[in-house]
Amino acid sequence: MKSRYLPLLLVVGIAALPFVTDIALGRSWVRLLDFALLYAMLALGLNIVVGYAGLLDLGYVAFYAVGAYSYAMLASPHIGIHLPLYVLLPTGALLAAAFGALLGAPTLGLRGDYLAIVTMGFGEIIRIFLRNLSITNGPAGIDLIDPIAIGGFSFSASHTLFGFTLPGIYNYYFLFVGLTTLILLMSKRLEGSRIGRAWAAIREDEIAAKAMGLNTKNLKLLAFAMGATFGGISGVLFAGFQGFVSPESFTMNESVMILCMVVLGGMGHLRGVLLGALLLAILPEAFRPLAQLQQSAFDQVYLDPANLRMLLFAVALIAVMILRPEGLWPSPVRKRELHDKEGDDRPLPPSGQPTGSDSVPGHTGVSAADAGGVA
Amino acid sequence: MTPLLRALGVGKRFGGLAALSEVRFDIPEGSIYGLIGPNGAGKTTLFNLLTGIYTPDEGHFEFGGAPLPGKPHDVCARGIARTFQNIRLFGSMTALENVMVGRHVRTRAGLFGAIFHPAGERDEEAAIRARALELLDFVGIAHRADQVSRQLSYGDQRRLEIARALATEPRLLALDEPAAGMNATETATLGTLLQKIRATGVTVLLIEHDVKLVMGMCDRVAVLEYGRLIAEGPPEQVQRDPRVIEAYLGAETTA
Amino acid sequence: MDIFLQQVINGLVQGSIYALVALGYTMVYGIIELVNFAHGEVVMVGALVSLSVIERLAARGYSGWTVIVIGLLLAVPACIALGLGIERVAYRPLRKAPRLAPLISAIGVSIALQQLAALIWGRNYLHYPDILPKTQYAIGGAVISEVQVVILIAAAVLMAGLWILVQRTRLGRAMRASAQNPAVAGLMGVDVNRIIATTFAVGSGLAAVAGALVGAYYNVGNHTMGFLLGLKAFTAAVLGGIGSLGGAMLGGLLLGVIENLGAGYMGKLTDGAVGSNYSDVFAFLMLVLVLVLRPSGLLGERGIEKV
Repeated sequence: MKSRYLPLLLVVGIAALPFVTDIALGRSWVRLLDFALLYAMLALGLNIVVGYAGLLDLGYVAFYAVGAYSYAMLASPHIGIHLPLYVLLPTGALLAAAFGALLGAPTLGLRGDYLAIVTMGFGEIIRIFLRNLSITNGPAGIDLIDPIAIGGFSFSASHTLFGFTLPGIYNYYFLFVGLTTLILLMSKRLEGSRIGRAWAAIREDEIAAKAMGLNTKNLKLLAFAMGATFGGISGVLFAGFQGFVSPESFTMNESVMILCMVVLGGMGHLRGVLLGALLLAILPEAFRPLAQLQQSAFDQVYLDPANLRMLLFAVALIAVMILRPEGLWPSPVRKRELHDKEGDDRPLPPSGQPTGSDSVPGHTGVSAADAGGVA
Repeated sequence: MTPLLRALGVGKRFGGLAALSEVRFDIPEGSIYGLIGPNGAGKTTLFNLLTGIYTPDEGHFEFGGAPLPGKPHDVCARGIARTFQNIRLFGSMTALENVMVGRHVRTRAGLFGAIFHPAGERDEEAAIRARALELLDFVGIAHRADQVSRQLSYGDQRRLEIARALATEPRLLALDEPAAGMNATETATLGTLLQKIRATGVTVLLIEHDVKLVMGMCDRVAVLEYGRLIAEGPPEQVQRDPRVIEAYLGAETTA
Repeated sequence: MDIFLQQVINGLVQGSIYALVALGYTMVYGIIELVNFAHGEVVMVGALVSLSVIERLAARGYSGWTVIVIGLLLAVPACIALGLGIERVAYRPLRKAPRLAPLISAIGVSIALQQLAALIWGRNYLHYPDILPKTQYAIGGAVISEVQVVILIAAAVLMAGLWILVQRTRLGRAMRASAQNPAVAGLMGVDVNRIIATTFAVGSGLAAVAGALVGAYYNVGNHTMGFLLGLKAFTAAVLGGIGSLGGAMLGGLLLGVIENLGAGYMGKLTDGAVGSNYSDVFAFLMLVLVLVLRPSGLLGERGIEKV
């Protein structure tokens, strides 16, 4: 019974969620759901890079920013251009992908640590530009951005359906649910495809992957650009949904938060990532009472909830890596991989057999520590 | 007939040390060719040069009459596949998936195919899977197809590596000490497998420590010592070469 | 005033601070092949701890360099303890884990320290009390302040000390051996865990000094100050050749000078279109450029890869 009715139950549940939330917790929570779904899309995008291809991207929010600002500049009074969504969504996606390729092309051939630090720097650089360029209106950002609209249907406006008046946040909810589902589906298909297998191979052993004829650099670039594309799309939606953008929405902390969602949920496992995203996106709300509690107890907020929350995320990140690297809801395969590595139960050649690898100097690729079967 | 692979004065230096110098040999198509030598003679270095992990400082290889390209994946696409001395499988993937990765270089589906599943892509996936199963069967571990490769026994891992390499449809299969760590029975089965591979028209290049295996199976043998080729020819001739006896076989028999 | 000479002097001062921080990155990387993302935060903690001490002393009317030295006397042990703690808790358990795990753990430590600092010291910029002499010396059309002179001397002394430690002592030999090949060093009786911990301790001690000097130089600090400083110091380490001590020193000085010259002339060259706001971008572009053109850096050896 469980498996037959589960999909139906899920659909009904998802459709009913905003209404139930509205009644039980209030309208602001519906808005929170919308944001949670935006984060889910971002996390799914980053999952392609980190989870599938095994590349640590610490500046993922930069692609989100590129998407958001591309929409903000081309659909607002700021420049005075108002292009429609069907032009701007692909524009944002392509622009983000282009930035991804631009950043990835020179650095993806290098070892993973370098990529991590370069992406981290890149995230900051994009923000510095956004803050200082006049075309992006500096620190003030851009406001009065056009709402997302398809045909004549504006998502921000209230619409009446069967006698019910649905405010914009409901429209966005259903739009975001649809798009998240789409991204999930695409991820799922990628995972099981020839390309997905190649990514997994690179993640596991880059040198063996090369020897099997995989053009690792191009494949990594593809993952990177693909992740960036999803980031760009999320950015476009964010700008239209929120109505204004400013550089402060795209800080390093945001990148770390998205990474947390992927890692805590379970790298490479779609359900886990989804769970991680929804959980962490809602969590800040749970911290709000903390400030009120302090306020009422001491007449002052001693521990800033925003800092406390990031601190908690960071500690969770470390704890998960040490105690449960596969995340809260891992894929079965990933679990095997991460747990076996420690004891490395692969049979070793009997002693006396030389594992004598002629060491070979090189300036690219993985290090000795990566090279499985260390002597 | 032109040889399948020619090493034309290949050399490699690490720092001031010459790991290999002036290595020349021809591998005839369809043969099993053995490469032996004491530890540190430069055998694996030669493999790494051949498969594009490193570029030679001098000389080059000619494969099928044309010089070899540089990058490892290009080398593989040209028809050279290898295994590793210290097995390098994709540990958490199943045996079947490992071999399916090997098909990558001979298949084409891209992002579009992955996301939209057109008929062409579905057929290709089915063909990849079928071929991978066939190869697992060929090396004798079809019953292990769905097992995670890290959990396979040592001998099975070696065979899986061979199946994965064969999946790239090589003209030359380069094996880096495939018998290392195997017992006598396993080594014997490996010998049979190599004959089977040769029978399908694939040329085999074999680095091996097990001199008996090499001498018993190879059509020709090259002997490396301190990065130089000291003998080359049919096994019977090489076995009698006094320099070889002194450098390698002599040491081996007294050990 | 000679702008060129002035920018070179400023660059050397800033660069010597980069160098001190870069040494921490390069030493840790050399021995466990990990980019210690939290290193910049250790510098920040050093700066803020010394600031807290200095503030209290200044409030009681003390001033001059002795106050800074007392601040250092507390900041250095605090940072060493912090460095050892980080290594023990967040990195050591992951030494055999897949590559991504320690990197993620490192970024976790970095964020955790930032937030912790924000909770302790608040989120606003803290200003150093005005306790240092403002003496300036003129050299060849430029000026150098007493603070700058002290920074240069302190950095030079520390680097010389480190050099002697690594090249001339038993401990240094064990460190070099462990960096070459930890497994073999272990077999030869080197307690590799202890060496790694020592490496963190030394790096963190240098970071503490760098933090205090940065605070004294710019007169401000807050919980985010370690981020860019860390990024730049890492750039310096890569520029010099990661894993190489001499490289970190050279890379630090070079980056400082290039950055200052760039900031000094960029506005002029581009007619004000690209101002000094972008000097941080400059360091980053440098990093990408070095990684693309010469990933092994100026003095680094090409890595040994085993197949």
